[in-house]
Amino acid sequence: MLRLDHVSKIYKVGTFGGKELHAVNDISFDVNVGEVMSLIGESGSGKSTIGKMILRLISVSAGTLSFDSIDVSTLKGGALKEYYRNVQGVFQDPFSSYNPIFKADRIFSIIREEFFPEVDGEEWTQKVHKSLESVGLNPEHVLNKFPHQLSGGQLQRFLIARALLLDTKFLVADEIISMLDASTRIDVLNLLADLKARGLSILFITHDLSLGYYISDKSLILYRGCITESGSTQKIYKKPYHPYTKMLMASVPRLDRKWEKMEIDLKGEHSTSPVGCSYFARCQLVGKDESCMESNPTLIEVEPDHFVACSKL
Amino acid sequence: MSLRVENLTVYYQTLRGDVRALEDATFGLSDGEIMGLAGESGCGKTTLGQSLIYLVPPMKLVKGRVILDEDVLPINDTGKMDDFRYKKISIIPQYAMNAMNPIRKIGKMTEELLRSKKVDFKAILPELKRRLDLVKLPQEVLDMYPIELSGGMKQRMVMVISTLLNPALLIADEITSALDVASQKAVAEMLVEFRNQDCCNSAIVITHDISILYQIADNIMIMYAGQIAEKGTTKTIINTPRHPYTKMLISTLPEVGIRHDEKRLAGIPGNPPLLLNPPAGCRFRDRCPVAFEKCLDVPPFIEIKPRHFIACWKETGANA
Repeated sequence: MLRLDHVSKIYKVGTFGGKELHAVNDISFDVNVGEVMSLIGESGSGKSTIGKMILRLISVSAGTLSFDSIDVSTLKGGALKEYYRNVQGVFQDPFSSYNPIFKADRIFSIIREEFFPEVDGEEWTQKVHKSLESVGLNPEHVLNKFPHQLSGGQLQRFLIARALLLDTKFLVADEIISMLDASTRIDVLNLLADLKARGLSILFITHDLSLGYYISDKSLILYRGCITESGSTQKIYKKPYHPYTKMLMASVPRLDRKWEKMEIDLKGEHSTSPVGCSYFARCQLVGKDESCMESNPTLIEVEPDHFVACSKL
Repeated sequence: MSLRVENLTVYYQTLRGDVRALEDATFGLSDGEIMGLAGESGCGKTTLGQSLIYLVPPMKLVKGRVILDEDVLPINDTGKMDDFRYKKISIIPQYAMNAMNPIRKIGKMTEELLRSKKVDFKAILPELKRRLDLVKLPQEVLDMYPIELSGGMKQRMVMVISTLLNPALLIADEITSALDVASQKAVAEMLVEFRNQDCCNSAIVITHDISILYQIADNIMIMYAGQIAEKGTTKTIINTPRHPYTKMLISTLPEVGIRHDEKRLAGIPGNPPLLLNPPAGCRFRDRCPVAFEKCLDVPPFIEIKPRHFIACWKETGANA
């Protein structure tokens, strides 16, 4: 349904824009109907950039990003509006997604003005109530309130309800639960699982590996704008091949076992050259050598539905 | 016993009345102990940490006292507390890494900070450099501006600065929260290393992430809506919690190895009460699956087993 084909995002940096920074470097993947794809990576890995490119908040520097086989960057006017009917985003901080001066349910009336001017009042109220109920909120408790009167979890579910009103087919969920409390975050996560069962496709952007494992079918591990490992979530977590993925897995705090002693190299410069392995500077692999920097590692299929980009495999 | 907190009660004064953010907290910390303090946002964990070192309006001390080593801390007297702050008790506040002076080089900033505490910077410089090595920061950072450092580096720098005078107690508020998993692990392990090397005697680590505490803390204390719910060794709290809130909180944590289609985790229904006019008795009552009429009274915080304290009528009812 959504397909990224060799997509890159290059920023001009430095005085007079003389240098290039590859925020996203030659990434290809696709997401099918009813599939949850996790983008996992540290800050600066380009995971949010990919989400923003899909939502057309920033442009694509190279490659094509297509939705239902139509190149998204060519959309204009009515077609673009139609695209936003299908593709919506929810972001990390629910509090800054609202205008504090207006009541929180204003986000629904804006949708109505923009997309459903023909629906009459009574029918619209019904629709809003139905979509609020489907995200587990009681309309009587949450409607007609200001953002500060609602909790983060409620506001976040409001935004998901808004996306559902449009019959969204694809949701970009950018760190949507990282600001929520432990007791409410699992509810929002379960909500996503229910929506997936109803055929919604989700791009789940997170830095928390356990959340990614809980919800997603496929995962994509990113480092400095490059894919290091991709494929079935269970396969990647069960047997990570890439040294970066291994390091991430070992750093996750778990409740069933303690951290193993392992040296973590925290340095590592952002590579400005698009050639060579992006993880080279921090790589702890014994066999690493100069040849890692000579060419871009390509994704190799190590087992069915499990790809790894490391030239030393 | 290095720290002893007795019946500490702190309210926030607002125009609409007192917000009862911390109610009757009684606990202790032994020498060299790292105690984790966990709970949802708004449960009073930051209030507790802050009231130990910087209790200013709108915070108001209602009752209680704090004893650090042999001294009773004058927590209600900001002026007198100056003698203790930074030297005996030190805090890494939330988002501290973004609070470094952006227009001062880090070395200069540290020097000014030490001078305000009448400590000679030159004399402490070798120790400062040794500490930088300990957290794997190059010594050049002293000649750099905060903007030149990454989040993890800034957080480690803040740790070095706050523990420079070997405080008896370090309060670390959400120090791992805004970091990537790799830096998170490094910062957490360095905190343990600081304790091992006597850079601080004991520490309170405030976080909402219990899995981090499992890795580094000796004891964990769980708070809910301004009340202490349970305190015990890390192993006890994680493996055999007794308080219904702790049980539910731990069961909501997704882990690597749990998928939604295999094992569906459930959240805790309901929301924490507002602390402006909190319900009488146990504040978890409305969300608690085992609540009964006795819960209308405030449950006492009782040691049910050695080093395992709990405030719940259901669990302590028989001997209370």
